[in-house]
Order: sequence, then C-alpha cells, then structure tokens
Amino acid sequence: MKSITDSLLNQISDFKEGFQGAYNIREDGGCAGRQSTKNIRIESKEENPGINIHISGNTKNETVYIPACVTKSGVHDLVYNDFYVEEGADVIIIAGCGVHSDGGEEAAHNGIHRFFVGKNARVLYQEKHIGTGTGAGQRKIDPVTEITLDEGACMEIDTTQISGVTRSDRSTTAVLSKDAKLIIHERLLTDGSERANSDFSVTLEGEDSGVDLISRSVAKGNSYQEYRSLIRGNCRCSGHSECDAILVGGGIVNAAPALYAGHIDASLIHEAAIGKIAGEQITKLCTLGLTEEEAVRKIIEGFLKQ
Amino acid sequence: MLELRGIHWKTPENEEIVKGIDLVIPKGELTVITGPNGGGKTSLAKIIAGLYTPSEGQILLNREDITHWDITKRARGGIAYAFQQPVRFKGLSVRDLLELSAGETLEEARLCTMLSTVGLCAQEYMDRQVDASLSGGEGKRIEIATVLFRRDAQVLVFDEPEAGIDLWSFTNLIDAFESLKKEGGRTLVIISHQERIMEIADHIAVVADGTVRSFGKRDEILPSLLAGERCALCPIGDSGKEAC
Repeated sequence: MKSITDSLLNQISDFKEGFQGAYNIREDGGCAGRQSTKNIRIESKEENPGINIHISGNTKNETVYIPACVTKSGVHDLVYNDFYVEEGADVIIIAGCGVHSDGGEEAAHNGIHRFFVGKNARVLYQEKHIGTGTGAGQRKIDPVTEITLDEGACMEIDTTQISGVTRSDRSTTAVLSKDAKLIIHERLLTDGSERANSDFSVTLEGEDSGVDLISRSVAKGNSYQEYRSLIRGNCRCSGHSECDAILVGGGIVNAAPALYAGHIDASLIHEAAIGKIAGEQITKLCTLGLTEEEAVRKIIEGFLKQ
Repeated sequence: MLELRGIHWKTPENEEIVKGIDLVIPKGELTVITGPNGGGKTSLAKIIAGLYTPSEGQILLNREDITHWDITKRARGGIAYAFQQPVRFKGLSVRDLLELSAGETLEEARLCTMLSTVGLCAQEYMDRQVDASLSGGEGKRIEIATVLFRRDAQVLVFDEPEAGIDLWSFTNLIDAFESLKKEGGRTLVIISHQERIMEIADHIAVVADGTVRSFGKRDEILPSLLAGERCALCPIGDSGKEAC
C-alpha cells in the first residue's frame, strides 16, 4: 500500500497500522487489502468494479471499513458497492474517500453505493471525504447513495467533506417502509474556487416512517455550493429538514429545499438559514481573548461539529 | 486601577452619547455605575472592554494607556466583559464557552462549581448548545459565568447582570460578587439599577446624559439616590427596590 494511501486512510477512517474486523481498502481502482469476518462477508462483483458486502443478522455492534483512495492525477475510479444488511443486524460502516493529486490532470472517485437494509436492522454509516495534494488538476468526489429501508429499519448517515475536494456532486436517494427511520447529517466546508452540489431525495412510503435531514455548510473564499432536498410524504409519516449555511468572504450558497405532502397525515417541516457569522459572536469570543481569526475558526468548527 | 480621562464617544450617526467622562475606578474594589436608561452606562462599559473606541480621551489600566488596544488585547490584558444581552451560538456548548473563558479543559467538578454559582445544574447544562433553545435567563447566567471565571481577569465588567434572572439566581449572584470582593485583588465594575447590588458596592458612580453626575463611596451616594434625587438621576422605582 502506498504511503499516500496510508496518510489518506488516516484522515478519512482513523487508520492506524490496520483495521480490526472486516474491511476492504480500495486504492487507485484496485484492491489493496480485504478481510471478511464471520458475520460480514465481502466479495468482488463479477459484472462491475466493486464489492458486495453481506452483513448477517447476527452482526451486533461490528464495524466494517470500506475506504477508497485515489493517490494520483489521471485516475478516474468508478466503483459499485452494494450493502446487504440482513434483518436485525446492527452495524457501523466507515466508508471515507480521499483523493490526492500532485499533477495537472484530474483525480476522481465516483462511488455508487446501494443499501438494502432489512427489517429492524440498524446501520450507522460514516463517510469522510478529503482532497489533498498541490496539483492543478481537479480533485473530484461524486458519491451516489441509494437506500432502501425495510420495515422498522434505522439508518444514520454522517457525512463530512471539510477540505481539498475541488468538485463534488452528491446524490442521495432513499425509500422508507413502515416504521423505518433515516437520519442524515451533512457537514460541508468549501474554500477557494471549490464547487459542491448536494442533492437529497427521500420518499416516505410506509406508515410512521420518518426522516431527519440536517445539513450544515460553510462556503468560504469564492466557493459555490448548491443544496437540493426533496422529502416526499406519501402516507402518515414525519419529515424534517434543516439546512443552515454560513458565508465567509465571497462564498455563495444556493439552497432549494422542497417538501411534497401526498397524504393528509404527512407531517413535513423545513427550516433554512443562510448568512454570515454574526458580528456579536466574533466580539464575544474576542472578549474571551481570541483573535478575530481564532473566533471565526472556533465558530465554524462548532457549527460544523453540531 | 482603571482610569478614564475625558472620554467622549459618538455613534456612527454622529450622536454624542458619552460627553467627557472622568472616572477613577479603584483597584480591587466594587464600583457600581448607575443612572437613567440612555444615559451612557452601557456605552461606557463597552468603551472599557474595547467594543467601542472613544473619539476623545484616554483609558489607563494600572497606569498603562490601553485606549487603542483592541478587544482581544484588552481581554488578554485582564479585562473581562459580560454582555447585557447574551450572545447565542449555533454549535458551541456551554462547556465550550466556559473552557474558552477559563483557558483550559474543565473537569466536570469544576464545571459544576461554575454553573452552580449562577444557579444552573452542570449535568443538565454543560452539553447544551448556547443557542435559542436557552431561555433569556439561562443565557444570561451562562454569560455571567464566562466572566466570573475568566482566567487572569483583573477587571470584571458586568452590564446589568440582574436583568432577566430570577430572584433565587439573583441572590446567588450577589453572593458570588461578595465572594469575589472577599477574595480581593480583582476590580469589579457593575452597571446596575439594583439597590441590592449598590448595597454591596464600595463606590457608586451616577452617569446621566453622558457625564458623571456624582461619584463617591457608597454611603455618600446611595442615601441621596434613595431619597428624592433618584427621580432625576436614577431609574430606581418608588419602592426603592426595583428598577423602573
């Protein structure tokens, strides 16, 4: 495994000399390491690049690591990963992605992840995206996530993209059955001339299903972000989306959240706020001895941590 | 010692709010600045903390000219300031704010001491966000705690600490001010209309219409405030106990 991969893994998945339990490390489109466990079986796809991850119903509190790294310019990695989570399983999936480019050509990772989450299963999915390197080439990450939650299933997605990814196009779609719950926390920071698009579409098909979609973003420099979300409630269900963004310098955020209530008992709420950091917040932290730069950093750090 | 010499301050709209204030605030003692609303008290507190820059005059801290120090430098130089209206943050917890104030990571026992001083339970509040989910009174008490426990603070300025807090917490607050006085060494400046706060002051300054109308030891100033002159100078109500 390359040292750049080692460094990227460290940043996206707290990699320290190795992973415990099940894992698959993807490096420049190839497999740099794989391990299955008694409950979590990982195997290569035959028809497409990528893997199938089978998580048995006996899995309780186990973690599986599925990181992907692109270490050089000129690599366009496309991967299809399917997660089959059996009824009653309880699993943590850590699936970060790091893209490094020191050259003039683009380095890109496009991960297409499908989740089939069985009845009453629980999934915590953590995904950290970073870009590193000094090359002029774009560092792109375009994740596509498709989720199907069976009755009573619960999935929590925690996705973070803090620095260095020059272009990203995120598309997340989900369909929820009866009593299923989906919680999504997106944290996004763009700077310089970076561009990031996030598109979420959640359909609540089953009675008493629910989604909580929270996006926190910071647009610095001359960066540009687009946020789209659509929650469709087709039955008695609940949906909440919250989109907050902070603008710093010349950053731009274009947010268009949408709700579709197709049933009298669909209860859908949206909250949104975009603006600069309030001057009094900076002033308060300065009265505690922080410089203006430190205060801004602290406020952004806290905002994205939430 | 904190010394204000010939301080003037105008709003961006050029309205003069502070019109030549001379005041010597004795080191290690508690000085209450009182007077009618709109008289310039809060502006004066903000000038001391560096939030406003005077258009004329000089501010000396222990004989050093700090007039042109910015907010950060004054904070690091030992001036702490509690806002009249607490500031809300999306994403900073009570613990975060108190740790920034104390300049160190705080153990739960220490947080408990800090928060119980202002009448809050650490277990319940330390991980709460300092955002709109807090009531006005809760936010105010946390704001006061960030100043009561500021690391290396020599001068503690509180702008109407009594505003928005309940009677029980107010009693705790008076106790906290008295404890600070007993410990000694720190200078307390409290903008207040409250008689109970004035009763524990060493000195009282009455500020009205941007000037100091009177300044002296508590026993010299307070009786006249409570006896008749209050209508002209101070917003203490007819009961003599509560602010207007």
